[in-house]
Amino acid sequence: MNRRSIALAVLGAILIALPFMVGNYALSVATLILYFAYTGQAWNVMMGFAGQLSLGHALYVGVGAYAAGALFFYYGIGPWAGLWLAIALCVALGLVIGFLAFRFGISGVYFALLTIAFAEFTRIGFDHFGWTGGPGGMFLRVAQRDTWDLANFRGPPLMYYYAMLALTAGAFALCAWLLRSRAGYYWQAIREDEEAARALGINAFRWKLLAVAISAAMTAVAGVFFAFYYNNLFPEQIFHISRSIEIILGPVIGGVGTLFGPLLGAAVLTLLSDGITEALAAFGLDIPGVKQVFYGLVLLGVVMFLPHGIWPAIARRLRL
Amino acid sequence: MSLLEVRSVSKHFRGLRAVNNASFRIAEGEINALIGPNGAGKTTIFNMIAGVYAPDAGEILFAGRPIHGLRPDQVCAAGIGRTFQIVKPFAGLSVLDNVMVGALLRSRNAADARRLARGIVDRLGLGPKRELPASSLTLPDRKRLEVARALATRPKLLLLDEVMAGLRPTECDQMVALFRELNRADGTTILLIEHVMRAVMALARHIGVLHHGEVIARGTPEQVVRDPAVLECYLGEETEV
Amino acid sequence: MPALDLVANVVVSGILTGLVYGLMALGLSVIFGVVRVVNFAHGEMMTIAMYAATVLFAALKLDPFLAMLPVAAAFFVFGYALQAGLINPFITRPEHSQFMLLVAVAIILVNAMLMLFGPDARNVQVDYQLDSYELGPVLVDKARLFAAIAALVAAAGLFAFFRYTLTGKAIRACADNYLGARVVGLNVKHLYSLTFGLGAACVAIAGCAMVLLVDVTPPLGPSYTLLAFVIVIVGGLGSMAGALLGGVLIGVSEALAGLFIAPSAKSMFSFGLLIIVLLLRPQGLLGKRA
Repeated sequence: MNRRSIALAVLGAILIALPFMVGNYALSVATLILYFAYTGQAWNVMMGFAGQLSLGHALYVGVGAYAAGALFFYYGIGPWAGLWLAIALCVALGLVIGFLAFRFGISGVYFALLTIAFAEFTRIGFDHFGWTGGPGGMFLRVAQRDTWDLANFRGPPLMYYYAMLALTAGAFALCAWLLRSRAGYYWQAIREDEEAARALGINAFRWKLLAVAISAAMTAVAGVFFAFYYNNLFPEQIFHISRSIEIILGPVIGGVGTLFGPLLGAAVLTLLSDGITEALAAFGLDIPGVKQVFYGLVLLGVVMFLPHGIWPAIARRLRL
Repeated sequence: MSLLEVRSVSKHFRGLRAVNNASFRIAEGEINALIGPNGAGKTTIFNMIAGVYAPDAGEILFAGRPIHGLRPDQVCAAGIGRTFQIVKPFAGLSVLDNVMVGALLRSRNAADARRLARGIVDRLGLGPKRELPASSLTLPDRKRLEVARALATRPKLLLLDEVMAGLRPTECDQMVALFRELNRADGTTILLIEHVMRAVMALARHIGVLHHGEVIARGTPEQVVRDPAVLECYLGEETEV
Repeated sequence: MPALDLVANVVVSGILTGLVYGLMALGLSVIFGVVRVVNFAHGEMMTIAMYAATVLFAALKLDPFLAMLPVAAAFFVFGYALQAGLINPFITRPEHSQFMLLVAVAIILVNAMLMLFGPDARNVQVDYQLDSYELGPVLVDKARLFAAIAALVAAAGLFAFFRYTLTGKAIRACADNYLGARVVGLNVKHLYSLTFGLGAACVAIAGCAMVLLVDVTPPLGPSYTLLAFVIVIVGGLGSMAGALLGGVLIGVSEALAGLFIAPSAKSMFSFGLLIIVLLLRPQGLLGKRA
């Protein structure tokens, strides 16, 4: 445990000092890695903790983004207030999906399909929803990018990096705390053997719903970040199943249900794929789809040979 | 006062009468057993008490309160713990963590739960193995774990479903001693489903015999093993006890 | 309110297209029903078949209906190999592990197609594509009719295989009871691979038929995967007739939704239907409760 704390402190120090060590491009890559680590961690709460495979998590990113984005676009309401609407909407959505699924006994693959269906339904819905711009998208105006304007969440890449770092650290702390709490034990029990868990007084339905709600709420925050970072929202992109798959890649590759898994997975995936794209570009090859084939191969490899993800294997080696 | 009262309970599954008008009572502080051939409906009755199924007819009262139709987690909260015929450990968790899951029902605080769990784990002889993953345990230890977990919920009534199955005679005797101790020291009421007559005779104050979903005999062990109906359907004429 | 013969035309068109969808879903139903593997790469396989048909047409002027034979054969081999090499070793792994495996395969396939063929649409132009038969007020596209007939013939063939041949019955035994089948000496792994091969062959035939009706682009892959799942779940898992019925239902409802609401909203309807079916009748219309 002590080795782990030291490693964690070192990691934290590196991440905090990172902007002073690298340039803006690398910083944006780092921000992206942290973004995927964060959303992966949020997804992990549903999968790793409550054992429910969600392949439609982009739904929460999208709804969160559009909620906060629309408030800003139409009423000039800043992201800090928009955050609450985003979270409220996503929690409500998550509870609906969870309630429907658990009440009707839908689990496993069927649950995954249900989540996909909801995300797809919403994607097409937003394509036809004029108020948020339809397929043409919604564009948030950016006043400036020089000074730190936390109220409107505008500023240089540095600000976004630290914001994402804070979010990721917060998610990590939250999950660590949850794992050790009563909720954590109950979720693990439910995941291992729901019937046995029920015989020990656990209301599995309620606890699963809680995991879904927390996961949705956390992902909603990612959506708000997304809205104010990229500033243009298109239903085809933000709700697309590829986004949902991107969210799960980090934790699946790094290690589902672990604390470090999502971060490690996101880092490995993003760095390697960027490396490949750079290498190919150096040869003058710019073929769309290469990065994703690479993702697929890594996922395949991990599922086949390291089913618990990279992190447990590494942790054992480093005796963390 | 009867701690548990099963009144004229029936359950059928698509045309198959699993339990038919079964009634019995369990007094507080006693160890009772339910025996009978396979398919007699014993586990179905357990499952109805434990809340897995609701009876199609009849009532089940626990400490005077009707519990038939409650969910399994509500039944546990009411004070009934159960084990499963085929043990269901939380394989990925350690022995201690398994028991903690049970302990967290009454001790909301993780530290308190851990203390309670630790005590139970030691008491059941699993102390040295408490940090090992549950998946690494032998069968007798898994059975012990199953009991420990259920005990951690501080039940007033413990339902044990064929907990002796697969154990060697010495292991069986150890379990018998354990249950005797639990019953004596904590006053835990125990209801066993058992095929291992050795354990039944050693533990049970009263026995109920099921056959084809009906209670065909009730009484003390001495009475039941002499009952001709029981001998015919289950124990066999040659039984010596 | 559109004219009645327009609606009739749309419905007929939907039925015919739906039969092709049904064949695609049949492949999935067979795989899912027997091997219990969620073939998340099903739509990608369909898309590859469509591309194969375009390549064969471009290179050899081979009519897609004729291309069905070689493509189906190739897909059978590919499906067999995939099951034998990649999936069989995973049978004992937890469900979501197998699922992830096929998600990975799907990602690789769809992007490999993107790499090979680029994002632009491709299609096949045969002479009879613009011909149609007149049945009263209804104009039936020749190509669509032939495609539907091909789908029905293939489905019938598969049905006969499972009903009347020894191997078919053996496969059904495996589906019913994995352990039992092994105990009586069936080489379950081989039969699973065979099943996957057959499912893939169905997809191949459906793909060759579909390329006459729709232009192919890589993103069709995931769409068809989801569509196949919607159909299989609506029609009923483990029911071959259910897959065809589901296909027709979805075909018709998509066509009608396209007519009454908007073409781009068709899939929304399918997903809504999936959600409703999953909740209310997860065994589907003709399936059996697990």
